[in-house]
This record gives sequence, C-alpha cells and structure tokens, in this order.
Amino acid sequence: MELDEHLFRREAGRMVATLTRIFGIRNLALAEDVVQDAFCRAMEVWSFRGVPENPAAWLMTTAKNRALDLLRRDRTARTFAPELGRRIASEETLLPALDDLFEENAIRDDRLRMIFSCCHPRLPEETQVALVLHILCGFSVSEVAGAFISSTSAIEKRMSRAKKVLARSKRLFEIVDADDFSGRLRAVHRALYLLFNEGYHGASPKSAVRAELCREAMHLTALLREHPLAKTPTTHALAALMCLHAARLPARVGASGELSPFAEQDRSRWDPLLVAKGLRLLEEAASGHELTEYHVEAAIAAVHASATRVEETNWAQIVSLYDTLMSLRPSPIVALNRAIAVAQHEGPERGLEEIHAIAGRDRLSTYPFYSAALGEIELRGGRREIARDHFLSAIALARNPMERRFLEQRVAACAIDDARERM
Amino acid sequence: MSEFVYLYRSTESSHREAMGSPEQMQKSMERWRAWMKQLADGGHIKDPGHPLERTGKLVKGRQKSVTDGPYAEAKDVVGGYTLVEAKDLPQAVELSLGCPIFETGGLVEVRPVIKFSM
Repeated sequence: MELDEHLFRREAGRMVATLTRIFGIRNLALAEDVVQDAFCRAMEVWSFRGVPENPAAWLMTTAKNRALDLLRRDRTARTFAPELGRRIASEETLLPALDDLFEENAIRDDRLRMIFSCCHPRLPEETQVALVLHILCGFSVSEVAGAFISSTSAIEKRMSRAKKVLARSKRLFEIVDADDFSGRLRAVHRALYLLFNEGYHGASPKSAVRAELCREAMHLTALLREHPLAKTPTTHALAALMCLHAARLPARVGASGELSPFAEQDRSRWDPLLVAKGLRLLEEAASGHELTEYHVEAAIAAVHASATRVEETNWAQIVSLYDTLMSLRPSPIVALNRAIAVAQHEGPERGLEEIHAIAGRDRLSTYPFYSAALGEIELRGGRREIARDHFLSAIALARNPMERRFLEQRVAACAIDDARERM
Repeated sequence: MSEFVYLYRSTESSHREAMGSPEQMQKSMERWRAWMKQLADGGHIKDPGHPLERTGKLVKGRQKSVTDGPYAEAKDVVGGYTLVEAKDLPQAVELSLGCPIFETGGLVEVRPVIKFSM
C-alpha cells in the first residue's frame, strides 16, 4: 500500500491538536511526546508487518490508547484540561469522553482552536506563523528553520518563548461569537497569508519546501471555511487569493527550478481548476460589507488570470486596484508593484516617475526586486546599460541561489538584446 | 535454500537518531518497507518477523532472578528479527547490505538456522 508522502506530518498536526485539548494547553510537550510515541510504534510495526488498511486511523487510535494510559495513571498527579473537567477525571466517563474527542468533527474543531490559540496577540506575527507551521503542520523546529532560512537555535528560542505564552493562556481559544473573536480571526488570516507568501515569495531555495508551505496555508484556510463563524467573506477572499496565486506555481518555476519572469510565463501552464476555484471564491467573498487587502490582492490576481496573454492585461484596472490597496495597506512594496503596473499602462517614463515618488523608498534599498523592477523598466525603455547596472545591483542583494540565477538571466537578457540590435 | 535469522541491533542513541521529525520518521520507515519488499520480491522472506519492545525482563541463574532488561552494559539491543531464505551464508550477508539500519549506526546479525532432518 502506498502512503501519502506527508502522512506523518499531516497527522502530527491533527494528533497534537486533539491531545492538547485533552491534556490542556500547558501540557503541550506531553501531547508532542505522545505523538512521537505513536510514530515510533508505526515505524516499528509497519516496517515489519506492513501498513494497515487505514493508517491515519491506526495512528489516531494508538495516540488515543496512550492518552488513556496517561490519564489513568496521572489523573491525580496532573491537572489536565480544565475545560474538560470531570469528564476525564472519572473512570466511567473517561472512555466515552475520549471517543467523543477523537471523533472527526471534534478533531477538526481542535485544529481550529489550535490555530486561533497560536495567533495569540502577545506573540509577534512571525512567531505565530512559525508556531502554526510547527504545531499544526508537524514541521520540526529545524524544518521550520529551513523554511524561514533561520538558524535552528534562533527558531528554537522563539518557539520555546511562544510555548510559554501559550501555556500561560491556561486554555485553548474558544471559537465563539465573543468580543475578541473578530480580532483573533484577523490575526489568523494574517498568519495564514504570511505562511502562504513565505512559500510563494519566500527565501527558501528549495522549491519543494515552498510549494509545501503554500499547500499547508491552503489546507488551513480551507479548514476555516468549514466553520460557521470563521467562514467570513474575508476568509473566502484569502482562499481566493491563495488559489489564484497557487494556480501560477507550475509556470513560475521552470524545469530546472529557475524562476520565470511573470511577463514571460507560459500561461497555458497556469492551473485552470485553481483559477476557476479562485474566481468562484472571489465571488463568494464579495458578499460582505468589508473590503480587505485580501479582496484587492485576489482581484488583481483575477485580472491577470483573465488575460490569456500578458499583452491583453487590463493594466488600467490593475493600477486602480493598486490604488485601493495603497489606501487599505500602504507599503513601499505595494507602491512598487503599483509603479510597475503604471509602467505597463502608461509607459516606462511614467513608471520611473512613480518609483521615484514612492514614500519610504529607502526601505526598499535592500530588496533585490526593487533594483530588478528599475532594470525591467529601463530595459523596456531601451536603456540597456542602465538596466544591466540595476540587475547587477539586484544580484548583489539576492537572498538565495534561485533569485541569483533569475537575475543573472536578466543581465544576460540585456546583452542578448544588445547583440540583436547590432546585427 | 537455507534459513537465516536477521537480528536487528541498535544502540539507544542510534535508535533515537532514526526518529527525528515526523517527516524523517516516515522517510525512514519507507526505506525499511522498500528494503523488505525487495527481499520479498526476490523470494527471500520466510517470515517478515516482528519488532520487539526495547525493554523487558531478564530471568537468570539457578535462583531464576528476575531483573529489568535490557542490560545497561549491552550497547546493542535487539529491536526486531526477520527469517530469510538464502542459498548460503555469503548470500544472506549480501542481502542484508541494503538494510536501512546501517544509515543510523545500527547493525544486522546474520545467524544461520541449524536444520537437521530427524
């Protein structure tokens, strides 16, 4: 029997969420140990005796039995989840309580509680993302470090501080219609958005890792869409944005792992199913009163998706969407993307004017795609020497081999055009 | 064809090393399964055997004293066994070379089964 390649990792997230609900958030480490034990068992038994009919259920049952042992043994010694109270404290109700807790819908709700708990207001955004990746998606600390190009010890430190904050919160976040719900949902959206972006634009040189991060963000967003309180228009907008961007992934990275410039992507390789799903979700997202940056970013992606060739792009519409985005969430990077769209719409000279007018432009000085954008616009304006210089300064700022290779190709493109001109 | 028992031995630390993250554990298990399948496809598996708990009891001596095992002084603990069929000891050894246990510092003890017709 063939196993899903990431079965263990996926199940780790589900099992930890449920076990934490049972043991209480302060016993997160215990939950993680139980999960580790279950995988050890699976590794030993499945290696010799083959994979069971339903591997995921086998793992869950193993974790459940181990939890049962621990609860029986340590019931008096530990204070487990206060919210479960007496149900797990008495032998007669323990087993039925555990059966309920390991039921599919209960596991889904546990995962949601866990996502919301990880997006604790006292944690920095980047820590929330790392925590979601570690606890919900089953990435080890060193795998999280790999995804974020950070050192294992730095992530380890950040994670242990974060776990202390979680433990102090006493209980998992309850998803009910309370005062703090919408604020927390906003934080969850943001964390999932950042997780997706880390995969899409992030610095990890391994393209497999990047695609995985996008996929995880999409799984968790889909989970939000299953909950009556969490499936807001903004959640749909976020899901739409992820689908429309993910649709481009096959065309974005070439056969040898190199990045392909947006304008030159073979759009026939965009995933039509994901595009259709993204457009459908964007319609669902339009039902509310709130207009968020996710709505606008999804709308921009939708305009691109509806143009079969880059020349057919409705740049006027894209510029106006960037105007809206600037009013919702102004940043030098949004302004840069807007300027690139202006260059497409009104010509390179106007694009350069817009770039020079960006407020806080100095904050872009270490961003390789700022110089690269200047290079593209100059190249379009026919000033190849200047373009080449911009691409060379971008190379000096490249954060990984993939970006470097991409920018080297752009330098080469300046030269190729030169040669063609001389002929 | 003769029969041989593979005894898989590893130290506690190398056993733990094979664990790691869920992703690594799954990869490690897949390597075992692939190797076992290769043996089975070659018609060499008499019985895939079983994994063994790494702890148990040790019953010893005339007094039949019972102590906890495994034993602190033993560096390698048997973690499982498989019964294989091969034409001779060199082939049984040859077949063991693909075992993933070597990647994490463990070892395979290859022991011929003594067979006599009575």
